[in-house]
Amino acid sequence: MTRETYINAGLTFVLVLVPFWAWSTGQAYILTLCTKVAILALAGVGLNIALGLGGLVSFGHAAFFGIGGYAMGILASHAQTFDPIMEWPILIEGTKSMPVIWLVAMVTSSLAALLIGALSLRTSGVYFIMITLAFGQMLYYFTIGWPAYGGEDGLSIYVRNSFPGLNTLVPVQFLVLAYVILGLALLFSARLARAPFGLALTAARQNADRVETVGIAPYRLRLVAFVISGAITGLAGALFADLNRFISPTMFSWHTSGEIMIFVILGGVGRLYGPVAGAALFILLEHLLGGVSEYWKIFLGALLLAVVLFARGGLIGTLAGREVAHG
Amino acid sequence: MAEPLLQTRGISKSFGALKASDDISLDLRAGEIHALIGPNGAGKSTLIKQIAGNMRPDSGTVHFLGQDVTALDTVARARLGLGRTFQISALAMEFTVLQNAVLGALGARGDVMRFFRPVMKDRALLERAHEALERVGLQDHAATRTAELSHGQRRQLEVAVALTLKPRAFLMDEPMAGLGAGGSKRLTGFLDGLRAEAPILLVEHDMDAVFALADRISVLVYGQVIATGTAAEIRANPDVRRAYLGEEDAA
Repeated sequence: MTRETYINAGLTFVLVLVPFWAWSTGQAYILTLCTKVAILALAGVGLNIALGLGGLVSFGHAAFFGIGGYAMGILASHAQTFDPIMEWPILIEGTKSMPVIWLVAMVTSSLAALLIGALSLRTSGVYFIMITLAFGQMLYYFTIGWPAYGGEDGLSIYVRNSFPGLNTLVPVQFLVLAYVILGLALLFSARLARAPFGLALTAARQNADRVETVGIAPYRLRLVAFVISGAITGLAGALFADLNRFISPTMFSWHTSGEIMIFVILGGVGRLYGPVAGAALFILLEHLLGGVSEYWKIFLGALLLAVVLFARGGLIGTLAGREVAHG
Repeated sequence: MAEPLLQTRGISKSFGALKASDDISLDLRAGEIHALIGPNGAGKSTLIKQIAGNMRPDSGTVHFLGQDVTALDTVARARLGLGRTFQISALAMEFTVLQNAVLGALGARGDVMRFFRPVMKDRALLERAHEALERVGLQDHAATRTAELSHGQRRQLEVAVALTLKPRAFLMDEPMAGLGAGGSKRLTGFLDGLRAEAPILLVEHDMDAVFALADRISVLVYGQVIATGTAAEIRANPDVRRAYLGEEDAA
């Protein structure tokens, strides 16, 4: 076991202990905060596959987060008004079922990632950052001008969607759901990093010439990584919408892309638990400093600066030391 | 004579007014080491890029294994069996030595779109990687981070990764560059044996190595091949002496 494994285990322990304590003392607010950490961490886990493993600095992951959110919003709003989404040529009705919503969120966001990735991965560096940003902003302004689903004001869903066998209105049950999904995503992400695909993808980040010379096309690797990444972030968007029972164009804005990126950078780019640590720290700061000053993001900015200047590996990297190449 | 494995037929490439490759026809035959020499700026790198597939010639064609590969990119040419090493080591520096070799083996096997099984526990890949490392003498450094290797060891690893591909022909861009006398001599011995497996097109500055190894030598000056022949023929060629070897002597 490496030091990083212990740190990850410790972090898992804390993240399970806190809600357990909150639950036993009846503090629903803390439970909601923990759920938020898990969901935002999930969005980060998605981005970390593109950014951490693939070295793809996507500044447009809000696009997938938003698509996931709107997939939930559209399906649930039609279900709550009993108004089908379309009647011709086939009847498609809304739904309040989480598994269906998640599936739709992941499929639509991965299709969007396929399209956005296919175009933007032809560029690199600053151009890639700008193109992904442009796609995100395009969707942002599109939803602002889309009155059917609330336009600029967004759209409220009155009752949280349902999951078979659970009462998702009980905070702790929804929390467990979010935790389990995050756990599965982490498991998948860990396997992915160690699989042949992960080896080739991380090699392409370090040296694209090397990968081409052994007969592997970096573009295909990156596109697949981008699609997987988008699908996970899209799922996080659907969950986030369900947590707030609200969707709005803000989910698509570049602030959201930036925040997801901040989770990854704060926690540690390319580290399995980086997004988890980053999202937890972000929410903790928001909660603690937000009480002190409305301008708490100034402190966040300073912290981010410190991490980028002095602690490149983020929280996990600083604690665990240099990454031990997996064997 | 058998059909050459690798061949350029009259390839030309210009950058503005500069003719970097001027109607170059070269071939690489089974079992040989064909060295390509030439002063700095002669267009060796441009030629290598066109053979490897990084650059498309303005005119002329590249043939590999009897097939016109001019339109194919680097990846496709590598998949056909062109094993390339770089002048400046192109390795995944964060990886261990073994991981770099496994990457080569993975590329050779071609099933990269696998998402679950740990690649570093794949017996077949590991076997192939270890075998290649052993051949270049890096087996004791398998667990070392590539960034911590000495310059010479990186060159050895470049060759090892190319070996994992079991290529049909090697394209080596200055493999001796920066090696000490001992390292250069070892690698010379190794390449000497390697030509039986697959022929080598060798771009090299180390004249001792070139004259010791090469079956044939081609001399490139201002984008043109001014001579091709055995070491003795090249030594005796007055054009070559004037254009190249004379300069070396003067320097």
